[in-house]
Amino acid sequence: MFDVACKVVRQEPLTADYWSLELESGLIAETARPGQFVHVRVPGLDRAALRRPFSIFGARENVLRLMYKTVGRGTEALTRLRVGEEIQVIGPLGNGFPLEPQGEPVLVAGGYGVAPLCFLAERLGRTGTVLIGGRTATDVLAREAFERLGWTVKIATQDGSLGEVGLVTLPLDRTLAELKAVGLSAELYACGPDGMLKAVGARALEAGCRAWLSLDKHMVCGVGACLACVQNLRRPDGSMWIGRVCHDGPIFEAREIVW
Amino acid sequence: MGEIDLSVDLGGVRMRNPVTVASGTFGYGKEYAELMDVTQLGAITVKGIRLQPWPGNALPRHVEVPGGMVNAIGLQGPGVDGFVRDYMPFLRTTGVPVIVNIWGTSVEEYAEVARRLGDVEGVSGLELNISCPNVKEGGHAFGTDPRTVSALVAAVRAATRLPLMPKLAPNVPDIKVFVRAAQEAGADALSLINTLPAMVIDIETRRPVLANKVGGLSGPAVHPVAVKLVWEAAQAARVPILAMGGVTGPEQAVEFLIAGASAVAVGTANFIDPTTPLRVIDGIADYLTRHGLRSARELTGSVAMG
Repeated sequence: MFDVACKVVRQEPLTADYWSLELESGLIAETARPGQFVHVRVPGLDRAALRRPFSIFGARENVLRLMYKTVGRGTEALTRLRVGEEIQVIGPLGNGFPLEPQGEPVLVAGGYGVAPLCFLAERLGRTGTVLIGGRTATDVLAREAFERLGWTVKIATQDGSLGEVGLVTLPLDRTLAELKAVGLSAELYACGPDGMLKAVGARALEAGCRAWLSLDKHMVCGVGACLACVQNLRRPDGSMWIGRVCHDGPIFEAREIVW
Repeated sequence: MGEIDLSVDLGGVRMRNPVTVASGTFGYGKEYAELMDVTQLGAITVKGIRLQPWPGNALPRHVEVPGGMVNAIGLQGPGVDGFVRDYMPFLRTTGVPVIVNIWGTSVEEYAEVARRLGDVEGVSGLELNISCPNVKEGGHAFGTDPRTVSALVAAVRAATRLPLMPKLAPNVPDIKVFVRAAQEAGADALSLINTLPAMVIDIETRRPVLANKVGGLSGPAVHPVAVKLVWEAAQAARVPILAMGGVTGPEQAVEFLIAGASAVAVGTANFIDPTTPLRVIDGIADYLTRHGLRSARELTGSVAMG
């Protein structure tokens, strides 16, 4: 965990409200693992503005890549950052995804939830299937990045403007059935809205496979001190505990989470 | 710089400098240990502890507002025995005095927590959180009735020899009444202010944003309120004051000292810039140098009212 003044090296709009931000971040990028996040002090807000957490979209040498969607005044202010400007970033934070799948990797992304999964695909050292869901075509990002890595990409949008019509669970159910038909098991990795994560977790239970779910909660400190982003969890022995999404997560296996 | 003496005695808690962290904003110290040198702090004040583990409130537990935030974490914690077992070993390694914030739902609970912490190595003082719901008394806060403040402080006083500093509620008509009640009952120092009761409503859903409906406001927005209360409290206080509320840099800390505080705590600013307490320590020393002063103690209560 490092607190680094990062220089912006690239900032580009992706589709619609989505942006990619590249930062010269030294040790943060060098030590980042897929599924971890960074806590960003957004310039241009008042001095009392809290930091904002963002999943790590990619890391190469000393450059960290983030993906964000403009959803409020913090992310709006981020779009005004120019190359050469500096922002204060704490990271890498959180536990990250385990990188030893027990079956065929199947990644399930909703909207900007694709960011940590793209980093995961790069670091898994093997290929698999990625399912990307969104409300509409502009919510589907990073498709080419997965294809370049040799991953099979399946897309579902709720309005049918790209891929099949409906939720991402449609191609997920088909993918799980196809793997089962040839005697293979899956290892699920998912990041997206809670409803999607719950649905992915339920499939993992049915299929008897593991699902690593990345939870998205509003955070304050980002380091496990303030207890703003807690989640009720269950240990393998059935006992309950309260975890901090920022510190004990943000990745939990589906069976751990008490929704 | 070498001649500057930053040390203060906060009612028996010997601090090498007048800067600590506000309870609840710094976990149990180790959460921030990778981001800042916690051994440089004058003291570490840990998150509130009661007798048993406590789950806290439902989410959302916080909301950002202009000039700060409103929180209702609900004092989630491991209980006194869990705290001593899981967190004191690290805290002892820091060599920094540890102030444990304690709470309960009855006078007896406060006293029992204080008793159990009495002979724990490394615990240097107790901050009494008297602004939490007093379930036994029918939902009123201990901190807004001088008689309950007096009874509570006296009961804890009888249970421990550790330095005691009640954390006073800001939402009272006359803070001096509470200052007197606390010190007459045996307080060694006073801590103020706690968060200001606050509420945020989502106008689209017409529901309170916080699951607890109401919470406490902290951050720069409360700083001038805190300065006024510290200044008033100092006029009635015979014991040292630990001031907090909206310290984001050395300027607010120096202001608190001038108003009458002996030490200050950095709270919400830790979330935004974890190095704030260290900047505050350095900045106080710079201020003293610039003004030809040799000790932080010379600043305390030096406000010019003429």
